[in-house]
Amino acid sequence: MWSLSHIANEIHTWLSNTFNPTWTQIIEMVLAGVAVIGLFAALGLVLVLMERRVAAWIQIRLGPNRVGPFGLLQSMADTLKLIVKEGLTPDGADKVMFNVAPFIAMIVAMLLMAPIAFAKDFQLWDLNIGVLFVTAISSIMVISILMAGWSSNNKYSLMGAMRSGAQIVSYELSAGLSIMTIVVLTGSLQVSDIIHSQANGWWIFKGHVPVWIAFITFIIAVTAETNRAPFDLAEAESELTAGFHTEYSGMKFALFFLAEYINVFIVCAIGATLFLGGWMPLHFGSGNAFNHAMDYIPSSIWFFGKTFLLIFLIMWFRWTFPRLRIDQLLNLEWKYLLPISMVNLLVTTAMAILGWHF
Amino acid sequence: MYRQTEIIKEAVPGSNGETGEFTINVGPQHPATHGVLHLVITLSGETIKKVEPHLGYIHRSIEKMCESLTYRQFIYVTSRMDYLSSHINNHACALCVEKGMQIEVPPRARVIRVLMDELTRIASHELWWGAMAMDLGAFTPFFHAFRERESINDIMEETCGARLTMNYMVPGGVMQDIHPNFQKRVKEFIRLYKRKIDEYDELVTGNIIFQNRMKGVGVLTPEDAVSYGCSGPVTRGSGVSSDIRKLYPYEIYDKLEFDEVLETGGDSFARYLVRIREMQQSIRIIEQLIDQIPEGDFQAKTKAVLKLPKGEFYTRVETARGELGVYIVSEGGTTPYRIKFRSPGFSNLSVLDHIARGSKIGDLVAMMGTLDLVIPDIDR
Amino acid sequence: MFIVKYIKDVWGAIASLATGMKRTLYYFTHHKEIITQEYPDNRDSLVMAERFKGEVVMPHDEKNEHRCTGCTACELACPNGTIKVITKFDISPEGKKKKAIDKLVYHLELCTMCNLCVEACPSDAIKMAQTFEHSVYDRKQLTKILNHPGSKIMEGVE
Repeated sequence: MWSLSHIANEIHTWLSNTFNPTWTQIIEMVLAGVAVIGLFAALGLVLVLMERRVAAWIQIRLGPNRVGPFGLLQSMADTLKLIVKEGLTPDGADKVMFNVAPFIAMIVAMLLMAPIAFAKDFQLWDLNIGVLFVTAISSIMVISILMAGWSSNNKYSLMGAMRSGAQIVSYELSAGLSIMTIVVLTGSLQVSDIIHSQANGWWIFKGHVPVWIAFITFIIAVTAETNRAPFDLAEAESELTAGFHTEYSGMKFALFFLAEYINVFIVCAIGATLFLGGWMPLHFGSGNAFNHAMDYIPSSIWFFGKTFLLIFLIMWFRWTFPRLRIDQLLNLEWKYLLPISMVNLLVTTAMAILGWHF
Repeated sequence: MYRQTEIIKEAVPGSNGETGEFTINVGPQHPATHGVLHLVITLSGETIKKVEPHLGYIHRSIEKMCESLTYRQFIYVTSRMDYLSSHINNHACALCVEKGMQIEVPPRARVIRVLMDELTRIASHELWWGAMAMDLGAFTPFFHAFRERESINDIMEETCGARLTMNYMVPGGVMQDIHPNFQKRVKEFIRLYKRKIDEYDELVTGNIIFQNRMKGVGVLTPEDAVSYGCSGPVTRGSGVSSDIRKLYPYEIYDKLEFDEVLETGGDSFARYLVRIREMQQSIRIIEQLIDQIPEGDFQAKTKAVLKLPKGEFYTRVETARGELGVYIVSEGGTTPYRIKFRSPGFSNLSVLDHIARGSKIGDLVAMMGTLDLVIPDIDR
Repeated sequence: MFIVKYIKDVWGAIASLATGMKRTLYYFTHHKEIITQEYPDNRDSLVMAERFKGEVVMPHDEKNEHRCTGCTACELACPNGTIKVITKFDISPEGKKKKAIDKLVYHLELCTMCNLCVEACPSDAIKMAQTFEHSVYDRKQLTKILNHPGSKIMEGVE
């Protein structure tokens, strides 16, 4: 079997046989870091290309098709261009904060990779508060945006950052509450436990209406949290030119750009893990032929398939809807999403206690 | 931290800590202004306190240029004012010269002119629709609008020889006869348009986000619309009848059946609906005329050198943006002594400060979209 | 009832958003609706409209003869000073002097393709060509002499 967990185990066994335990640990950590950075680069390239293709097809265009076969190397060429561009720092900017902000965005994105299960038994760190860890770390993202907006010494940037601050802080609530519905049903914060609880059916099928509502709330909230249209008020190019990253150029801009896509990937991975069973294949009931057939599809393909489905959903939103206004954005959260998800959590708790789910 | 606060204070002239007001420049290079319009906006947080338009970035002194051109030559310059309804601009100038010279335009030319006017109006509104959706952050409608607009441009290219600045009008008629394919292509366009019109409602008009962005913002009362001298869809959105085609019919508009579109809301959404429904009325006019183009000359016989008699001449037409007036003062020579264009965009822009006060920045962008500003038309 | 209205609002909002998403999904899956023309690649099949106003040219027949009499009607009709007619006097075999063009200078960089010169020409000597790829590296290349070297006026054109 060439599954990801198998490869990981092989490497671990070889390292344990060759080095002493401390060195094994260190080498494995370095390998994991390199793998995460490699995954970042690959995801950035793939997601940017995917976004451009989705946009083009929705907009009755062809999309990138000149660089490489079917335009596959287009995002590579864009990255090359961004690398060779000069990274300007404005004269009146707070130089330290201005230069540090994009890296904070990247560090947050990297930390969020830790508890995600990419395949069966293939996870960097299966800590027992995995879901809590994700919600906690993802709120640090707002600090990098506020830093970027404040230090740019640009009124557009400042307004974008302030909008983003209000937005992310508000939408954390309903994202957290919709995650809580699954935690209540599973009874655990650990990612592997949540996935194993879906062995006989994903929560989106088992959980009836409350989980569907939680799923919709989650998707809306994470779209807002990652600052993507229709909630892209922090950038809002027709109002604030480019919002908080107006003054950024070259690779520092690319880091913000990359962080946005990595964050989209991460929230979609969390959504897939919580609601769609992570790497768990599609199972109905137990022990029939259909379930066996599904088991033959590798778990990593299940995970990435579900994640990319959700990513497509978020891209689909972006290229369909107009942008909300700042007061409507906050109204949506405080008057609609938050009450709905609170009531929903209550109903789910009752359902979990009474055992009304499958 | 302290240093930053100082810089922000310095960078905001006139800002004071108590009211928290500050100014930002929207334009002359800004995605929302669709050109080189410069708005100085005073803000308190997200709320607009004052909007001050600064004009002149694309002033080319078209009126002065026209004074040195003959009555045949000056028409082409006016295409460059409101470039989206260039044909209607040319029409206004040709009408004014014909009024002065008392040239009788053949019926065929009149019908062709009206057909082209209405096609131009649809093309202009298509672009407005896409651009306004883009202002609100929806990119897809822009491309969908251009699909229909391109087919109009193709018709124009086939008959007039150009896509945007056609210069198809000459005093006394039109420059060339219509292309043999013209009627077929226009009917194809009408079929395409009717097939796609639902899409506009599905993508934009019916969308809850869009409606919430548009309804109740930028309210312009009928009294203000009149006193600010607005025209076109902006006044009709406030319920004031102002369609020149109905009130002061020119060419054959008095013989055609079409409705003047009126909405009473006065807000951005009313102005939006007026334009959407105006497109359908234009389609109605085209459908009435496309099979009824009379035979005959497409151009009246005129002298090689046109000389307007001494006097003052004024004509007005309804462009896609409102009332365009052409005022010619003639001393009896081959060139006008003075030309003045009363452009719809300038008056419509003047209302922006009035309707934008107290609303959010996002609303300002939406309002500018519904005013349908074309900057070369404002500056001339 | 407040609750009923609230739920109706939410449901109506979701329905309106779903309508738009259905429309964009249709375009996402129906690639035959794509209208992009891949311009530099379709040069061979690209057909410009026959009336397209690309630049002013002077047609010559196979004997290198044109129809221009040098009457300067086009020069007078042009609003931008795009055309400059330089005339000379030909000596005909009978010894009579006859006005003819030496050069018809055309400044493409000034031309707005308004078609007034073509309309003004009494002998149909100039017309609009359908070319549109006019970009060059040097501005001087845009100043063109429309009559070919050694060309003569066609027989019978006055």
